[in-house]
Order: sequence, then structure tokens, then C-alpha cells
Amino acid sequence: MTPQLAIFFVLAALAVLGALSLILQRHPIHSALSLIVVMIALAGLYLLMGAEFVAAVQIIVYGGAIMVLFVFVIMLLNAGVEERTNVSKLAGIAGIPLAVALLGFLAVVIARSNASAEAGLQSGTLASTKEISMMLFREFVYPFELTSFLILVAILGAIVLAQREKS
Amino acid sequence: MNAFLAANATIIISLVKIALLLFIVLTVNAYLTWFERKVVAHMQSRWGPHRVGPHGLLQPLADGAKFLLKEDPTPAGVDKFTYFLAPLMALALALTSIAIIPFGPDPLPWTIWGQKVYLGIANLNIGILALFAITALSVYGVALAGWSSNSKYPLLGGLRSSAQMVSYELALTMSVVGVLLLAGSFNLRDIINAQAHHPELGILGWNVWPQILGFFCFFVAAVAETNRVPFDLPEAESELVAGFHTEYASFKFAMFFIAEYTSMITVSCLCAIMFFGGWLSPFPASWTFTHYLPSVILIPFGLWVIWDGIRYETIFGRIILPGLGTAITAIGAVLILFPPVNEFIQGPFWLLAKIFVFLFVYVWMRGTLPRFRYDQLMSFGWKLLLPVSIANVVITAFVILIRGVK
Repeated sequence: MTPQLAIFFVLAALAVLGALSLILQRHPIHSALSLIVVMIALAGLYLLMGAEFVAAVQIIVYGGAIMVLFVFVIMLLNAGVEERTNVSKLAGIAGIPLAVALLGFLAVVIARSNASAEAGLQSGTLASTKEISMMLFREFVYPFELTSFLILVAILGAIVLAQREKS
Repeated sequence: MNAFLAANATIIISLVKIALLLFIVLTVNAYLTWFERKVVAHMQSRWGPHRVGPHGLLQPLADGAKFLLKEDPTPAGVDKFTYFLAPLMALALALTSIAIIPFGPDPLPWTIWGQKVYLGIANLNIGILALFAITALSVYGVALAGWSSNSKYPLLGGLRSSAQMVSYELALTMSVVGVLLLAGSFNLRDIINAQAHHPELGILGWNVWPQILGFFCFFVAAVAETNRVPFDLPEAESELVAGFHTEYASFKFAMFFIAEYTSMITVSCLCAIMFFGGWLSPFPASWTFTHYLPSVILIPFGLWVIWDGIRYETIFGRIILPGLGTAITAIGAVLILFPPVNEFIQGPFWLLAKIFVFLFVYVWMRGTLPRFRYDQLMSFGWKLLLPVSIANVVITAFVILIRGVK
């Protein structure tokens, strides 16, 4: 087992455990913290694949900005411990079989693919900062700008909602 | 045994470097508190610490012992896991960020097991982005400490602080984009080398001249990120007792304290590296006689410490201070006597000198400036710093476009 593979399994286990803990924790802050663990584990996996820029952005945007906002809102609302509810009927009848089916499908696809686990671990030049910016600002410039416009609209919407009481 | 050492040389050297840097940073932290108290005291016509050891030099040791030995009660009703996690996170993240700083241009004059040993632990392609990633995470230390303490003052302090850090993080990130455009790289070594294109210009070749707006935004935002005066609202004692760390005692409080001072050091390193040429000398490269400057500073300072120590009022001081002075003078003499050592020390000397200047500015501001009001803080960050730093990016990009890419 190469060191890279060992690191991959550690990070993967961390991501899965974090995701499980996110669902099972009863306090919103603990759930948010679990989600941060998942984000950082994913950033580590990107780093392992040689996508340094994506890894850094993953931590800055998801681990930092977005999750800070989550934690901030939970703190501001002073949300307490959640009640544990029984599994809803819909989830019991439809959800669990669907989840099992999805898992089986993914397992079959992964098992059939020829790429070994090592192949994904080689550092690629594809994900370098320059390549990413070329893709974003040359090939996908219109979708990219449209997305930023969408975010701008969302910001304006938030401001309008926040200021509604004044008028 | 030797074969094992040679095979794993990179890992072992890295571990030794980490341990060494950790020791140095923690010691510098301790003496930074002494320096800060001394300088602020003299600004206010006081003596500052002078009881413990000569000139209060053993005060940091006494403080450290106090932090370790004090009772450490856990308040009732705290969220235990988060309460213990918060100071750990703050300290670990602050110390991690130092690992990315390069402290000198050349590897050590000798090789260890055939490996060149550079000053600095990690030389990352995404250097500055990794630092911002760490900064982005360090908000959690403060926010979680405030929330988990189950007390209103820490909660308000934590909310204030996280709002402040999130707001100023934007300006902080935008303000360095100009420097990144000039250097064409995220790597800190590349950023310094990009300022060395005209060795004859010396100080005039540094990024601070074309990026004066960026430097202004960066420094202000960085001071706000580290929660220092005049942006220390999270711990405004008249309103919030001690802000987010009110409920922390003993060593857990010390961890927040060390984290704050370590981030001060990181910010000073970044200012020196990105805007003030890092390890580059401010003099033109042809002025080789300036290479004796470290000795010219160290030898008179060492002699002064000896002279001061001989007349010191306590016996202890009369032993310690002359010894210290002799050591400083000896280092200065070694630099003159061994030119290769002197050449090697030039880069680290200038970088450390610049870091020291910025640390002094931090302390100077603490002794001079009053605190911002909260609404002033927010409008300053969003309405002045962010637009100015974005304008700086646009102007820099246009100038580079017109003059052509280097």
C-alpha cells in the first residue's frame, strides 16, 4: 500500500464518518461541524489528485465562507437540541430501497471500470490554476458570467427582503 | 540505521524543522508579549515589567508558569466537546499558517544526507491561497468559543468577531490580487523573486510602490482579521468583559492568546513578503558594504547590553545581562570573520528586520489608536476597503494589459 493510498483511505473514512455524524447529531452546531469535516476531507482528496487550486478554493469557499454563515445563523437563532422523530413512512417504503439501489448501481459501475485505485491518485496538470482559468474564461465564459449574474440576483433579493419593513 | 536515515531524509528533516520552528515561534510569542508591554509602557511614561529578571526579561516565563498552574474550571452548562475544540482549533490553525512562510532564499551551506535544506517548511504552489484557507477556517475558533461557553458576553463577542472576520476577509483577499497579478504566481518564493527583477533599484523595486493601495487595504484588513487594536471590538472590555474567551481560564486562555500573537507574526511575515520584498535588501545590489550591516547593528547592541548589565542593580542582572551581551557581540563578530555565513544570513536578516518593524507597528497602534465603533467598523470594511481593493485590482490589471505581460 502506497502512502497515497493510505492517505486516501483515511480521508475517505473521515468524509463518510463526517457525513454520518452530520445526520445523526442532534445539535445543529454539531451537525454543522460534521459538515465542515466532510468539506475538509474532500479538499484533502482533491489535493491528493493534484488539484491544488480546487482544494484551496474548496476550503476557502465551502469550509470557510458558507459554513461560517451556517454556524453564524445557528448561533444567532440560538437553536436548541433537535427532537428525534420516527422515520417517516415515505422514507421507510421508498427511500431505503432507492438508497440501496443507488449504492448497488454505483458499486457495479466502480467494479466494472478498468481504472485501478492508483490511477486516480496521480497528480494531473489538468487541474492547474492556469488550466482552470482558461476553461472558465475562454470555453465556459457565458455560463460562468450567467452564474455570477444569478448570484447577484440572489443578493439583491436578500437586500429587498431585509429592507421590506422600512417602507 | 544510517541507511534508514538517508532513505527517509525528507521526512526526518521536515519533522526537525517543524519542531525547531514551533520552538522558535512559541519563544518569539512569549517575548512579543514582553516587548509589547515594555513599548506600550514607555509610550505611557511607565516602566512596564521590570521585577522578574533584569528588565523584566523573565516575565514571559513567569506568565507561562502561571498559565500552566492556575485552576482551570469548566463552567456549568457548556457544550463540552466544542468548548475544548475551540482553543485547540484556534492555536493549531495559527501555528499551521507559519509553516508556509519561506524564511530565506538559499538552502543551508551544507547538505544533510544529500538533501538541500531550505529555510521554511512547506514550499506550496498555492502558498498564499493555502494561507487564506487557514484564515478562513480560523473564524471557527472564535465563533465556537463564543457559542459553546453558554454565557451572553462570549456569545456576543463571538458573533461580533465572526461578523468582523468574515467582512474583512473579502477585502484581505481582494487586496493581494494586485500582487498576484504582478508576480503571476501564488507561490511566496515566486512573489519575492518577482520583486527582484531590478536589483539596482533596491527598495524602489518592491511591490509596495505600484501596490500602495493594495498594501493599505491588506494591512488594515489583516489587523482586523487578527482582532487587534483598533479593531479589537470582540474583546471590548467595557462592553463585553473579555469577549469570546471570557469563560476560558488557565491554559485554554493561553492557547487563544498564543494564537492571536502567532497570527500577528504571520501577518507581519506576509506584509514583508508580498509588499516589502521579503528577504531582498533595500539597498542596490552593488552596495556590497551593506552586507556588514547585521554586524554593525549586533556588535554595538551587544556592547551596550554588557555595559548596561555591569551597572544593573541586582546581582542576577549583573550575571545574565553581560552574558547575553557577550553572546550578541560574538554573533556579530562571527558574521564579520566568516564571509560565507554572512552571505547566507543576509536574506533571513532582512526578512526578520521587516517582520520586526511590522510587529512594532502593531504594538505602536495599540499604544496610540482608540477603538472603532461597531457600525463604523462595518461601514469602513464594506464601503471603503472593499471598493478600494477592487479598484486596485482593476487598475493593476489594466496597467499590466497595456504594458504587456512580462
